[in-house]
Amino acid sequence: MSKLFSEKTKQVFLGPLSKNNPIAVQVLGICSALAVTAKLEPALVMGVSVTIILAFSNVIISLLRNTIPNRIRIIVHLVVVAALVTIVSEILKAFAYDVSVQLSVYIGLIITNCILLGRLEAFAMGNKPWESFIDGVGNGLGYAWILVVVAFFRELLGSGTLLGIKVIPQALYDAGYVNNGLMILPPMALILVACIIWVHRARNKELQEK
Amino acid sequence: MNALRNLVDKVKPHFEKGGKLEKFHSVFDGFETFLFVPNTTSKNGTHIHDAVDSKRTMIVVVLGLVPALLFGMYNVGYQHFLAIGQSVGFWEMFFFGALAVLPLVVVSYVVGLGIEFIVAQIKGHEIQEGFLVSGFLIPLIVPVDTPLWMVAVATAFAVIFAKEVFGGTGMNIFNVALVTRAFLFFAYPTFMSGDVVWVRTASTFGLGAGSVVDGYSGATALGQVATATTQNVDLVNTVGNPIGFMDGFLGLIPGSVGETSALAILIGAVILLITGVASWKTMFSVFAGGALMAWVFNVAGPDTAAAHFPWYNHLVFGGFAFGAVFMATDPVTSSRTETGKWIYGFLIGAMAIIIRVLNPGYPEGMMLAILLMNIFAPLIDYYVVDANIKRRLKRAVTK
Repeated sequence: MSKLFSEKTKQVFLGPLSKNNPIAVQVLGICSALAVTAKLEPALVMGVSVTIILAFSNVIISLLRNTIPNRIRIIVHLVVVAALVTIVSEILKAFAYDVSVQLSVYIGLIITNCILLGRLEAFAMGNKPWESFIDGVGNGLGYAWILVVVAFFRELLGSGTLLGIKVIPQALYDAGYVNNGLMILPPMALILVACIIWVHRARNKELQEK
Repeated sequence: MNALRNLVDKVKPHFEKGGKLEKFHSVFDGFETFLFVPNTTSKNGTHIHDAVDSKRTMIVVVLGLVPALLFGMYNVGYQHFLAIGQSVGFWEMFFFGALAVLPLVVVSYVVGLGIEFIVAQIKGHEIQEGFLVSGFLIPLIVPVDTPLWMVAVATAFAVIFAKEVFGGTGMNIFNVALVTRAFLFFAYPTFMSGDVVWVRTASTFGLGAGSVVDGYSGATALGQVATATTQNVDLVNTVGNPIGFMDGFLGLIPGSVGETSALAILIGAVILLITGVASWKTMFSVFAGGALMAWVFNVAGPDTAAAHFPWYNHLVFGGFAFGAVFMATDPVTSSRTETGKWIYGFLIGAMAIIIRVLNPGYPEGMMLAILLMNIFAPLIDYYVVDANIKRRLKRAVTK
């Protein structure tokens, strides 16, 4: 066990959750963060999908890393990711059709998500399969929690629901409260991501640029 | 005045270094410089020393807005009593309108200044004066029936995200009052557009109860143009009587509180221009751009009512005049170079008319046009300065 969760592996896992977060620090994968966070459910599904795809593509590339010719490595990355994306997309269509309709092209577009190619290039090409797996899970979760936080506020303030269940009491609406239509529009996702980055940097002083 | 000065001097030691209320220095400083011109000026660097500091400049703009506010109050009452079919005297109309509009003013100032004071305390800055004008503009550019909590939320959003995150007064990219309105417009569209929000039909604090008369419609002139099915639209007021250019100029028509009367805005414009606070170049070129663009649509536009709305009507109906005089001339968000002001103003006017005519979803284009050009103002300045440098380099003899 000690070998499985060594200090380095722990760092590989925890880094992307906070200090090296793909969205809040590296600012990767923003497009999908804007597109799928109007409701909590698609954001959760998107987060889980990216985590799974990232973890397994990291493992596969890591296993193949010594046999991939350097000049065509990006194409190999894309083939692996595309295969995994197709599998996840088909599974969603089979078992969660409504969500897959909501996510529409964005599951397919995971293939172009910068986080994936970034991790494959930067980590899986130079590390062993187990560490690569942990790195994929860590980065996927680091991506997912930002999505979930943004979607939580957007759905709560924009639709008054969470996971489709009404949480803002009717009495408040009767008193004159109105859902905020701007929360449903993409610009608000950008502003919320900015707020997360703001809080994150205020708490981690070493991340602040001079 | 002397008594006030003495009072300020008496409490001053408490707020200075070592005093027991030292923490609230910035609050005290804000009030003191608001009441009296400070007798200190900057010492370092190159500065133009002017007798007018920015609090006094802001107050001139507020003075320029007063005619629009007073007329807006009267018009709110006038529209209300017209809609419920009662005829009352001037003062009762004005009193009704004042009661309806004052809460908006109070909410906008309390929320905005509250945030400014808190931020100044946290950062240890002096309190900056930009909100004196923004807080006055906000109630003038919303419909009178906007719920107060929405105004509060929108003002808070605008002050934090359009101003404080950029570094406070003088650093904002966008006009704060317009960001407030844009937030309201996109967040709560049913309260900011349509036919029912522009005239208060309910009673205010128990005053002016009644029900609307037959044939009542609260649509604004531009709203009627946007929904018209024929090419030539006959504008009507709240109770169905025809209106024309003069009604738009005088302003007894439905609309946001302060935007309806081009006459009141013109008085404000004269105040701003005489005191030199606003740039006549920006103001003039907005009107020129709007008139020219609307004329082009009149002559060669598509077959819609908006395109065939006479160009002079475009200038007096809706928020065009208000935006041109009070929003486009905002010294912080507009172009700073003199040539840039011409380009900036002209594009605002043209863009506003393009939005009005070509997008039936937005009967009023002034807000979006100014916000859009706010983004381009630094770019315009950059190329104006660049062109100037190139021209002068060419003149220089190099061997």
